[in-house]
Amino acid sequence: MNTTILTAYIDGIGLLGPGLSGWPGSLAILAGHQPHLGLATVLPSPALLPPAERRRSGAIVKLTLATGLEAVAAAGLDPAMLPCVYTSSSGDGQNCHEICQTLASSDRHISPTRFHNSVHNAAAGYWSIATGAMTPISVLCAYDASFGAGLLETMTQVQVDNVTTLLIACDTTYPEPLHHARPIPDNFGIAMVLAPAAGAHSLARISVSLSSDDAHTLDDEALEQLRLGIPAARGLPLLCALAQGRNGRIVLDYFEHLRIAVDITLC
Amino acid sequence: MKPLLLSHFTATSCIGRGLDQTLDALRLGRSGLAPCAFETVALDTFVGEVAGVDEVQLPPHLAAFNCRNNRLALLALMQDDFAEAVRAAAAKYGHQRIGVFIGTSTSGILETELAYRRRDPVSGALPDDFHYRTQHNTFSVADFTRHYFGLTGPAVVVSSACSSSAKVFSSARRMMAAGLIDAALVGGVDTLCLTTLYGFNSLGLTATAACRPYDAARDGISIGEAGAFALLEHAPAQLSDDAILLLGVGESSDAYHMSSPHPEGLGARIAMQAALSMAGLTPRDIDYINLHGTATTSNDAAEGKAVAALFGAATPCSSTKGATGHTLGAAGGLEAVICALALQHGLLPAGLNTRQLDPAIQLDYLLANRTQAIARVMSNSFGFGGTNCSLIFGRAN
Repeated sequence: MNTTILTAYIDGIGLLGPGLSGWPGSLAILAGHQPHLGLATVLPSPALLPPAERRRSGAIVKLTLATGLEAVAAAGLDPAMLPCVYTSSSGDGQNCHEICQTLASSDRHISPTRFHNSVHNAAAGYWSIATGAMTPISVLCAYDASFGAGLLETMTQVQVDNVTTLLIACDTTYPEPLHHARPIPDNFGIAMVLAPAAGAHSLARISVSLSSDDAHTLDDEALEQLRLGIPAARGLPLLCALAQGRNGRIVLDYFEHLRIAVDITLC
Repeated sequence: MKPLLLSHFTATSCIGRGLDQTLDALRLGRSGLAPCAFETVALDTFVGEVAGVDEVQLPPHLAAFNCRNNRLALLALMQDDFAEAVRAAAAKYGHQRIGVFIGTSTSGILETELAYRRRDPVSGALPDDFHYRTQHNTFSVADFTRHYFGLTGPAVVVSSACSSSAKVFSSARRMMAAGLIDAALVGGVDTLCLTTLYGFNSLGLTATAACRPYDAARDGISIGEAGAFALLEHAPAQLSDDAILLLGVGESSDAYHMSSPHPEGLGARIAMQAALSMAGLTPRDIDYINLHGTATTSNDAAEGKAVAALFGAATPCSSTKGATGHTLGAAGGLEAVICALALQHGLLPAGLNTRQLDPAIQLDYLLANRTQAIARVMSNSFGFGGTNCSLIFGRAN
């Protein structure tokens, strides 16, 4: 197995999902001190966007801005200065459905807004417009491996280019009939600021390597269902370990025969 | 950056299958654009459709991946002994030591569009032969490529609209430099579908005739499709003179508007400057620029300003989209291969269809092919959402 190890410091976390509203508010649940209640994900309105863009923004944009801004604020950084890795398995499911429905109808005229919102990097584009970030954004998809792909891309940026980088991993639901084909149960996002050196806000140092070990599962049945059902939630074992204040090694799901091992040292 | 070797590359678009046909078309100034006769599309526009895509058969064990995008991917991989080169690299480095990085904007969405016409009249369900993971999902083309070659290392699709398959070079560079992989299969594949044809039409951005980049009377894009691939390896000490190297990558975001570029081309300029800085070069070192040049009013005006601000008016440049159409998520990869051919054959390709250059844009825009030995070229790719990427390629000697 590949022995390359990539190291970074987690300086801020953003989290939004069913029953999980923000990183501080989710700590007790992820640590196992409070039960996880399966409440639907609550998406805040993206106040940072100009009114026209705010009206046009769907769930994926709200999720992206809320999680990304939470992580950056926790790290005490200016979002305009950070390069970003944006990873999503699905993009904007509702928008995709509306376009396919229109194109299958007798009037194929789709609205310009629907069309520009259909690109996989739409939420990343709104992120840069909202924050004023002219920095590069890598926009990725790897189906169920999307979180792992985003984490690896971010770690290589931190290590090779020696630059603090924001990772945003988001997935939204599809309406029927696509929901049946891709049953993502709810909207979910994790964001992390990863830095090349320890700083005042650093929560932990992580050392990341490829592995063939089995991915860690979660003891809490509801959280485990989220991990299995939503690609962005494949990062939950890392967040649970941090919430529990545990040093040590966890393994995140990636591909069928390739996983990502993360060695955690709390700061 | 440490230069990376493009040890093998290939491209298939409406101007040809593989390098020989592509080079011939460029030499002859032949465009592959024609009035749109794709599927049931009723739009007054030209497209760059690749002939014979629907005749391509995927291997039986990968039948679930069958969609126009993966058929074109396979057609492209079959040219120029590229598949053999990937297999040889896998044998040399190991199947887990080759990363797969492919750009696409619409993946196999055409299958979903067609499936929506065949929904169950009672339940509304999609037909049973619709496969979300292997046809619709954005990752499908990288997943197909990975399975086709039995590669088991890192794999990803980069999907940032029209910069997608330029940005794959950036992701591959970092992962190779980090040591996670020894080689990278990079590329771009995008195919015609109703979403992009009707979508760009809704924005008033499709030309009624073949697109005319940088023309004073340009009136929009001609949508094309393409598959283009390159194998990236660390450059050995000894290289043939015409070996092609990736010298620099620059990226930026406009932070301006979802479907219009920054009017002064600020994001484009930042990306070009970043590529030059990474390569340790100055604008004078660049012998030719393959422009993004979509032929929309706003793109060419903004890009023209950015290029003029950085390079002045002396650097020869052109957009090859008059020949190939705008192949969207495949454009970066296709134009990287065109740049490699330009370097190897000393051919600066003319921009086709352009009759009267826009007098407001002060560039040395090539209206006829120029033949001269060149050492370094830049390729620009910009996309919706304000995503920008510039690549610099050079000859070894």
